[in-house]
Amino acid sequence: MKIAFSNNTGDDTMRFVSLFLNNRLTVVPEILVKDGDVNPVPFSELSEIEPHPLNPSFHYDQNLQQILYGKMLLLDEIPSDLHIIQDHYENGYVRYNPGLLKKKYGWQCSRCQNEKEHLFASFSCFRCKSEKCVYCRNCIMMGRVSMCTPLLSWTGPEVRYRNKNEMAWRGELSAGQQVASDRFAQEIGNSGELLIWAVCGAGKTEVLFKGIEKALNMGLRICLATPRTDVVLELAPRLKKAFPKTLIASYYGGSDEKESPVQLVISTTHQLYRFKQAFNLLIVDEVDAFPYSYDKTLQQAVKNAVHSKHFLLYLSATPSGSMKKAAKKGQLPCVKIPKRFHGFPLPVPTFVWSGEWRKRLERGKLPSSFVKWLKSQATSGRRAMIFVPSVSIMEIVAKLIQKHVEVKVDFVHAEDPLRKEKVDSFRNGHISLLVTTTILERGVTVPNLDVAVFGADAAIFSESAFVQISGRAGRSKEDHNGQVLFFHYGKSLSMVRAVNHIKEMNKEAVR
Amino acid sequence: MSYCYYCHQAYSETWSWALFLGLANFPLLCQTCAGKLQLIKGDICRMCGRLFSLFPEQYRQGDFCNDCIRWEQDEEWKGILQQNRSLYVYNDFLKEVIAKLKYRGDAEVMKAFHSVARSSFKSIYKNAVLVPIPLSDERHYERGFNQAELLALGLGRPVELLLKRTVHEEKQSKKTRRERMERKGNPFEVMNPSNIVKENIVLIDDVYTTGSTLRSAAKVLLDTGAKTVSSLTLGR
Repeated sequence: MKIAFSNNTGDDTMRFVSLFLNNRLTVVPEILVKDGDVNPVPFSELSEIEPHPLNPSFHYDQNLQQILYGKMLLLDEIPSDLHIIQDHYENGYVRYNPGLLKKKYGWQCSRCQNEKEHLFASFSCFRCKSEKCVYCRNCIMMGRVSMCTPLLSWTGPEVRYRNKNEMAWRGELSAGQQVASDRFAQEIGNSGELLIWAVCGAGKTEVLFKGIEKALNMGLRICLATPRTDVVLELAPRLKKAFPKTLIASYYGGSDEKESPVQLVISTTHQLYRFKQAFNLLIVDEVDAFPYSYDKTLQQAVKNAVHSKHFLLYLSATPSGSMKKAAKKGQLPCVKIPKRFHGFPLPVPTFVWSGEWRKRLERGKLPSSFVKWLKSQATSGRRAMIFVPSVSIMEIVAKLIQKHVEVKVDFVHAEDPLRKEKVDSFRNGHISLLVTTTILERGVTVPNLDVAVFGADAAIFSESAFVQISGRAGRSKEDHNGQVLFFHYGKSLSMVRAVNHIKEMNKEAVR
Repeated sequence: MSYCYYCHQAYSETWSWALFLGLANFPLLCQTCAGKLQLIKGDICRMCGRLFSLFPEQYRQGDFCNDCIRWEQDEEWKGILQQNRSLYVYNDFLKEVIAKLKYRGDAEVMKAFHSVARSSFKSIYKNAVLVPIPLSDERHYERGFNQAELLALGLGRPVELLLKRTVHEEKQSKKTRRERMERKGNPFEVMNPSNIVKENIVLIDDVYTTGSTLRSAAKVLLDTGAKTVSSLTLGR
């Protein structure tokens, strides 16, 4: 939004007036009102006003349509002049929605649906001149939604996409991938949901291509949402390569994608808050992973982001208990890909007793079984990831390992500023042993890799974490037999369940 | 149970007699976030308040850092700012915190620092007038608030909005030190000159980086009759 600053008179505000215009009650931003005799208020203090009916003879701005269609944006996020926005509102093409809604017991944010009291705060606002302008702290990273800022949505005609979206990908699918791919493609155009339960290394991205192509050519709008930025960064170039003629955008915290009308969006689950009734097909990757699985407001964001007629596709290697149950009962349609892309079974973890490892660490020592493995690993010329239960244990273990081996050892955790660099240098072989917390359990693919879990009995490791960790090993055809070792001081239930899970999948793959 | 003012994680305070008797402040940040902040304590530059332990010995001379010696050798700026004191080292985490506060507009974050700032700085500003560094109207509108004013208002002393920024310019953070020092003209103006005659003034800002903003403000205040000007900031 452009506001003409009249030589620093300090009278520019974000307040609104409601007045009668052509016999209709209309909202007008204070700075567009010429009449001096008005009573401007913060947006949330206006009484509810009916939207204007669509004026079919109005010439709408296609630029604005493309920016706003399927979104909920703040005035600050829209580059158009305020006069133009107001014209569209008065002709029924744009709607002002309150940013915050007053509820019986407090506030609700219209963008992220947050209702938690501790995630609202207030400040003395220079814009609306209110002493206590309340705002939402939950989605502040996308710009402040406050009492005085309306969220704008498009109520005019929908954007039409061209239907020439040939796929450039010419690879081959495994038998398991083919079944899932066909099933997904068959559902395109329907409403409903489907779970693709694919083991780690099944090649789920390729499974999506055919369905995405069909949806694009039907003019549907698609979003692939994933919990992690790493995955957005990895998938975006692959999809752009597969669909060179399609408009594709990626959204993640810190991305600076221009607001444009793309047909295929790749986004972190958090960034879904930006969209409103936008997608006919929403693919939720790693549906079991943090934070989607237990963040209620994110589930709400999914609900908000989809069009009233939509199809939801869930992807997971380790579906949650409730999802598995729903699939078993037939409430949630499900296709399994139990076999890896290369056709070899998943490596089954081996349990190795390592005694009271916590006590040994306190004395500055590593368990002897672990040391024995380290030494043979160091001479094997292969790489290994060593998963540990916490950041503090990570630092101790990494230091102790260096005393026993000659090869290069390093460690990495979620908030490591050098995270990307370290993972890269592990990938290209400069680091041989990488000690890490559970952040690298998903998505990271490195050839010639063995995996160890140090302190596998710690409560932080869940069944799904173990399955994902084990899934890092043996991913390529040439090296399908990677080692997976769990060093422990007493088997935990998660360890046993993970092994059963993997064996079960391998059994199904043979069938 | 409390929620961290920065990361919103729930945490429980460690209970102590000092807290119970009001001798210590209740922590407003969780232990993880608090642990990433570094309070400025120990050997500091007498002028700008930066921590000496953080940079090589050759950049200091006695009690002063080289940057301050350069300022004090400049005829135009000599003696303009009495001293600056800052609460925390301006490290990566504090940069992140201030970015969220300023550029995302999360005003509430500032409240996490009020009680710490009060207990650390009270002796410095007890008889002074607090004057926050202002924003240009355009920037003020964009942000919705002035972070320096938010900090000042939490110190428990009367705050006077005596300054006005007359020139709207590029963000300071996008300029080099040389560009900042060579800036032509003073962007500040005193609004009620009669209010400051013979007063000791303490300027409040979020960060002391090169010290040029604070010195420009100090200069117009001294020119209009202030007795002394010093400054307090969150980060250094």
